[in-house]
Amino acid sequence: MKMKKLVAVVISTIVCAAMLTGCATNGGGGSSGGGKSGDLIKVGIINNDPNESGYRTANDKDLKATFTKENGFDASFAYSLKNDEQITHAQKFIQDEVDYLLLSAADTAGWDGVLKEAQNAGVKVILFDRTVDADESLYEASIVSDMDKEGQTAVDWLKSQNLDKYEVIHIQGVMGSAAQKGRSGALDAAAQEDSSKWNIVAQQTAEWNAEKAQQIVQSVIDSGKSFNVIYAENDDMAKGAVAALDKANISHGVGKDVIVMGFDCNKWALEELLKQNWNYDGQCNPFQSEYIKDVIQKLENGEKLTQKTIIMNEKGFDATTITQADVDNYGI
Amino acid sequence: MQNNKMAQIWQQISRNQILIPFAALLLLALFNLIADPSFFRITLKDNANGDPVLSGQLISIIDSGSELAILAIGMTLVTAASGGQDISVGAAIAISGSVLLRVLCGSDSRSEEMQAPIIVAFLIACVVSMLFGAFNGALVAYFKIQPMVATLILFTAGRSIAAWINNNELPIVKDPSFSYYGNYIPGIPVPAPFLIAIVCFVVTWLVLKFTTLGLYVQSVGINEKTSRLNGLNPELIKLLTYVLLGLCVAVAALIKVSRISTINYSVIAKDIEMDAILAVALGGNALSGGKFNMAASVLGAYVIQFLTTTLYKFEVNAAALPAYKAVVVILLVVMSAPTVREKLSALVKKINGSASAEKT
Repeated sequence: MKMKKLVAVVISTIVCAAMLTGCATNGGGGSSGGGKSGDLIKVGIINNDPNESGYRTANDKDLKATFTKENGFDASFAYSLKNDEQITHAQKFIQDEVDYLLLSAADTAGWDGVLKEAQNAGVKVILFDRTVDADESLYEASIVSDMDKEGQTAVDWLKSQNLDKYEVIHIQGVMGSAAQKGRSGALDAAAQEDSSKWNIVAQQTAEWNAEKAQQIVQSVIDSGKSFNVIYAENDDMAKGAVAALDKANISHGVGKDVIVMGFDCNKWALEELLKQNWNYDGQCNPFQSEYIKDVIQKLENGEKLTQKTIIMNEKGFDATTITQADVDNYGI
Repeated sequence: MQNNKMAQIWQQISRNQILIPFAALLLLALFNLIADPSFFRITLKDNANGDPVLSGQLISIIDSGSELAILAIGMTLVTAASGGQDISVGAAIAISGSVLLRVLCGSDSRSEEMQAPIIVAFLIACVVSMLFGAFNGALVAYFKIQPMVATLILFTAGRSIAAWINNNELPIVKDPSFSYYGNYIPGIPVPAPFLIAIVCFVVTWLVLKFTTLGLYVQSVGINEKTSRLNGLNPELIKLLTYVLLGLCVAVAALIKVSRISTINYSVIAKDIEMDAILAVALGGNALSGGKFNMAASVLGAYVIQFLTTTLYKFEVNAAALPAYKAVVVILLVVMSAPTVREKLSALVKKINGSASAEKT
């Protein structure tokens, strides 16, 4: 009996260990570059796990494509969705004497100490995608998306459609996330501003989940309410909403009964726009590497940056004007 | 005399486990009936493909609740045999769905045509899913690890495995015939997930009726040592229940990915494990194992969906939704707890007793 227990413990430890190393190799953790650098610029990049979402996958691909030896960089990558692991990676990069530390923090808190360490060691820190709660003097630049602006761009587009009446089903992301707040804020403001014309028929969170979005829209249809806009805060939820519309034989897209709006510019979503089944898709730009490279070049040339927070350009695509080239360039 | 008979019948009913989810269902239905009778309206309309389909809130409930009901079947068996729950079913659905799409799409995630027949893809997904079930089951049965801890491994790693199977791409099946299983089969106005669920119930019912599986599972759950002394192999039976849950997971995964013809690894079937466990609890089954009532669990699953749809219908504020759900769930679970039920039936007996005493 005791023997059995021992075996159980040993095997489960092995299994756990195997899983952990499996994850690590999957994530490609640790350094891939290393070694002598010559006149290459040595960068350490800490990112979230590329498996997290399509956005993150595109983001990681973009960084890997830019920070190559050919472009004059010696890049090492580390991935984690956990703040403490990311901090450990950061400390390791500082010990390895990288020139630049690029960071997309998992969590906003707890970075003061390690950023100070970096400053003392002469490592320049550039934040991308996500900011941290630390003093501005501790980093060189922060390259982010402006979620409020994304929402505003989308709502402005919706306003420009000049509908007689806006009856909106608003499908929200996970409550409290930056993307949800920004994208909901603009719509709420518009609805309040002109309540004679704007009416939010239903407002509910589907937590980025397509099936939940489908159920929510289904419920609105079943209760017989009329609506002419679906404002979904990401592509997946827009897709779920469209599935419910199809079930109920409600036409959607350009010149049809219901306007469908999504966010994130997944390739398949842009293809739906191209087919005019959807009307609008707002971009959440994952391609930060050009901006980062720009910042690094300026710093290398001894130039001063005019501003610390750099907000990326983000587009909104309209189904009537989108082209195949847009799908190829901006689809993630 | 009459009174006595009534009391007897009442006792029989109240002793039946299915009473609790049934009462919950009636309560929810009554609430909706009073608040807005149009909740129960069912209409026959054409869908976008021109096929006549039934629609209405009730149809939405039996449609959306079906995956959960199918999972509840497996979860009931696992709970009964091992006295614990599998918390990895959501992640396992992601894996199984990913395998399904991988086989269907081949290496090209945007392929126009399916690379393999759906049945082949489904069978492969079943096998993979049952293997993962066997992995969980082996940890529980042979290594005596707590089920929740054993399944925590897959719970944590499952969605990454799912993403890895498809090289992190999001395959989309463009063939419309794949979407039948999560929507409607042309010509049949009843949602396909509900039909699939019915098939699952019937098969389960037949298996439980004509084989000794149910008996063996319960006896292992009640007392492992005694069942061993009676010539059963408790480890094997526990393993078997996890493998069967794996099968249920594969069926649920087929419905889930078919609904939208694609997959999102991080959110597909999110938190469904909690709902599945809740369905078992709502069915009045002891979560510590032993006797079970399959029909009650399945009904419990639909009650959960009924609740969700009701909350959507009444447009409960998004931020407050989980709170409302929690309150109702607490009530239902407390009601269905065996100790509370015993107390209640004792109370009923007392009232009945005093009533008949007064009469004589």
